[in-house]
Amino acid sequence: MGDVTHQISERIPIHLVVNGVSHTLDLVPWTTLLDALRDHLALSGTKKGCDHGQCGACTVLVDGRRINSCLTLAVMNDGAKITTIEGLANDGALHPLQQAFIDHDAFQCGYCTPGQICSAAGLLVEGRAKDTDEIRELMSGNLCRCGAYPNIVAAIQQAMGQP
Amino acid sequence: MNAYVGTPTSRVDGRAKVTGAAKYAGEFPADGLLHGFVVEASIPCGRIARLDTSTALQVEGVLDVLTHANRPPLADKDDSWKDEVAPEEGSPFRPLYDDTIKFNGQPIALVVAEDWETAKFAATLVRVEYEQHGFATDLEGERSNAAEKDKPHKPRGDAVAALAGAYVRHEADYVIPTEHHNPMELYATTAVWDSNGKLTIYDKTQGVQNVHKFLCGVFDKKPDDIRVVSPYVGGAFGSGLRPQYQVVLATLGALALKRSIRVVLTRQQMYGLGYRPMTIERVALGAKSDGTLDAVTHEAIAVTSRYEDFARNDTGWAEQLYKSPNSRFAHKLVHLDVSTPCDMRAPGAASGVCALECAMDELAVALKLDPVELRLKCYSDRDQSENLPYTSKQLRECYARGADAFGWSRRNPVPRSMRDGKELVGWGMATGVWEALQMPVAVRIALTSNGHAEVSCAASDIGTGTYTIVAQVAADALGLPIENISVRLADSTLPQAPVEGGSWMAASSAHAVLVAAEEVRKEVLGLAGKIPGSPLAGAELVDTVLTDGSIANASDNSRAVSIADAMRHGGVERIEKEKLNQFGEDKKHARNTHSAVFAEVKVDEELDVIRVTRVVSAVAAGRILNTKTGRSQIMGGVVWGIGMALQEETVMDHRFGRIMNANIAEYHIPVNADVHDIDVIFVDEPDAHINALGIKGLGEIGIVGVPAAIANAVYHATGKRIRRFPITLDKLLD
Repeated sequence: MGDVTHQISERIPIHLVVNGVSHTLDLVPWTTLLDALRDHLALSGTKKGCDHGQCGACTVLVDGRRINSCLTLAVMNDGAKITTIEGLANDGALHPLQQAFIDHDAFQCGYCTPGQICSAAGLLVEGRAKDTDEIRELMSGNLCRCGAYPNIVAAIQQAMGQP
Repeated sequence: MNAYVGTPTSRVDGRAKVTGAAKYAGEFPADGLLHGFVVEASIPCGRIARLDTSTALQVEGVLDVLTHANRPPLADKDDSWKDEVAPEEGSPFRPLYDDTIKFNGQPIALVVAEDWETAKFAATLVRVEYEQHGFATDLEGERSNAAEKDKPHKPRGDAVAALAGAYVRHEADYVIPTEHHNPMELYATTAVWDSNGKLTIYDKTQGVQNVHKFLCGVFDKKPDDIRVVSPYVGGAFGSGLRPQYQVVLATLGALALKRSIRVVLTRQQMYGLGYRPMTIERVALGAKSDGTLDAVTHEAIAVTSRYEDFARNDTGWAEQLYKSPNSRFAHKLVHLDVSTPCDMRAPGAASGVCALECAMDELAVALKLDPVELRLKCYSDRDQSENLPYTSKQLRECYARGADAFGWSRRNPVPRSMRDGKELVGWGMATGVWEALQMPVAVRIALTSNGHAEVSCAASDIGTGTYTIVAQVAADALGLPIENISVRLADSTLPQAPVEGGSWMAASSAHAVLVAAEEVRKEVLGLAGKIPGSPLAGAELVDTVLTDGSIANASDNSRAVSIADAMRHGGVERIEKEKLNQFGEDKKHARNTHSAVFAEVKVDEELDVIRVTRVVSAVAAGRILNTKTGRSQIMGGVVWGIGMALQEETVMDHRFGRIMNANIAEYHIPVNADVHDIDVIFVDEPDAHINALGIKGLGEIGIVGVPAAIANAVYHATGKRIRRFPITLDKLLD
């Protein structure tokens, strides 16, 4: 088996700017960005649903781009600016997507919701989704087992200023 | 006085959920929190011959590896392991109890470490040798070993003779595969150990008091030693009805190490827990030449484990729904080397009604009758199995409203006759039915003189909207704005509630709020009546209401005393009342919800790709407490129905007794692009018998009938009848 204690003890210093706050962490190199946020920065708003990039619950914005935080290691994001669901509201005022999700009942259990909202925020920045079908397609990386999809689409359209 | 009940009130927990503030079981912090990672068995049947944890224990940061050989004591009687919803027959699974392996994926060790990464890594170093025994996991291969469950259904007439002499007869097997709930939240428990040795258990469950009682039994603890809390549940759909094994492992870990610990299962490990059992549903229908049913038989053959008899009502729906003088029903179980199935959204009905409603469609085709017309010919205003009238049944209206909204009258009945460019268009329909259950629930209301009320109950909100409807009913009953109501749920120390399931929590919790609010009103009236010159002096309780922050005469709201004045005058800061609501027994009525589901599919003629482009679900479910969250419930059920019809299947490799697609990339559930227009219609269904508010519940009815409506639409589009679910495109190829 070799020296297993050696394999695990090496920690790497990492600098992350999360929701505008600087953090320095010492992490074992295989720590995902998701686990760094949840377990090491106590930001549990970002959810773990599969840990394999299959569900999208862990979606956050890295330098403005939406990404599955379970599929990227924390060390790969050294120095990056990260926005999580906790960082979307501005001084207590909800982000238009957050308000739209409430208005349209775009969630039930709420577990996929932070990932849906972060993903939708990334989608708005990308500017690629022009109609309902494109929103559906480009939001299909975010699973919702409660089946709120039509309401999620309606909420995103509200935030996009579409009828 | 209904400012909130019946309105599209937004979820009161919405802000917590869209800001990430809502905390789920695996997210509660604790000082010095340890992390547990589960090691699972990789054979379906046998025993552990050797379990070597020495290498794992050498890893820096690993504190212990718990196994059957070194664990703290666990109860040795089945009764201690039987939770509120355990099957009556059998011996519940006991994690880390002994060296026996009963199913693949069974937990056999828990690696405990200072952090999750370490525990996960060390778990890969646990070495296991097995003594493997012979096993069977294939329902169809073992069909001949099916044994009839007791309580055989009472036959009506002579179904065999009626089928033999029927003008038109249809008989077929419909196969529903094993399905897994796959809630988005991973099964998780955080056990917080305090310095007095007491435990607070944050658990992903649909019933905190069920888990509480179970843990006290399994670990021989006093009720005060353990508290179970679960304020938010990231989906459950039945998977959290019984205590899951990770709550036992987390508690074991905390007791062994006298520290707080979190155990979160991986998505793969979640496939080792409960599931919708695979069933073979054999349905036979016989009709007279006028299209009325003369015979119905339904036999369900379902999977269960070797150690528990899990059986649900698959056949009772065929028994009650349609008029038929002759009928016969049977429910059989096949015991296999798998874990015990469990309830999954509309258990029994999702599968049983799917078979019945596909068979009805086949019968309609054989009779050359419109599928809606066939159902109207067999329509029954009485529950056929019990011969009882319903408290209410507006199914006829569901057919009419649903058909109208869908445009059903424009349907050409000939298969493959409707097209949209390169796609074949199919229109299908089906009936849905579920029970309207209600259970005893207690609620505590604490009203303070500032006009704020806290309403508390041990019930869960699994995304169904319990927080919101409790707040709505309380706001109306107490005459307060909803912003002044705070709701506390899902803590085992709060007033009594059963598990949240079976669609019974809306009616049950709402009426508990009403009776507790009446106690509060009684107290307020007592105080208000004592004020000198009170406009309510001598008023009877029944003649009063709480409205606009006051207690008032019900027929003359100007005769009122503000709650604040009444409490100030009485020198009372807080009125706290707790009351258990129990529903009267009514053996003279059947209680059900119904739906009519209409579905449109488009099938690419060259590639056979199937899309569900439209679904109309017209639902009769009594009074709807919240039209916004209620609509979402039905919509979610429809999405589940799309998954069940076209995508969902847990695939077992029977050579190894092992699930091959234990992840959500290969176990397909609908994604956003799979879901198009869903139109939910709530049909008016006043109900003076069922309960004071006329509420029936919505959690299950949304899925029932949807898979059949889609399957029937696929037949209409393609002319191909697929009776083995899910209807994947490969099944259309030949």
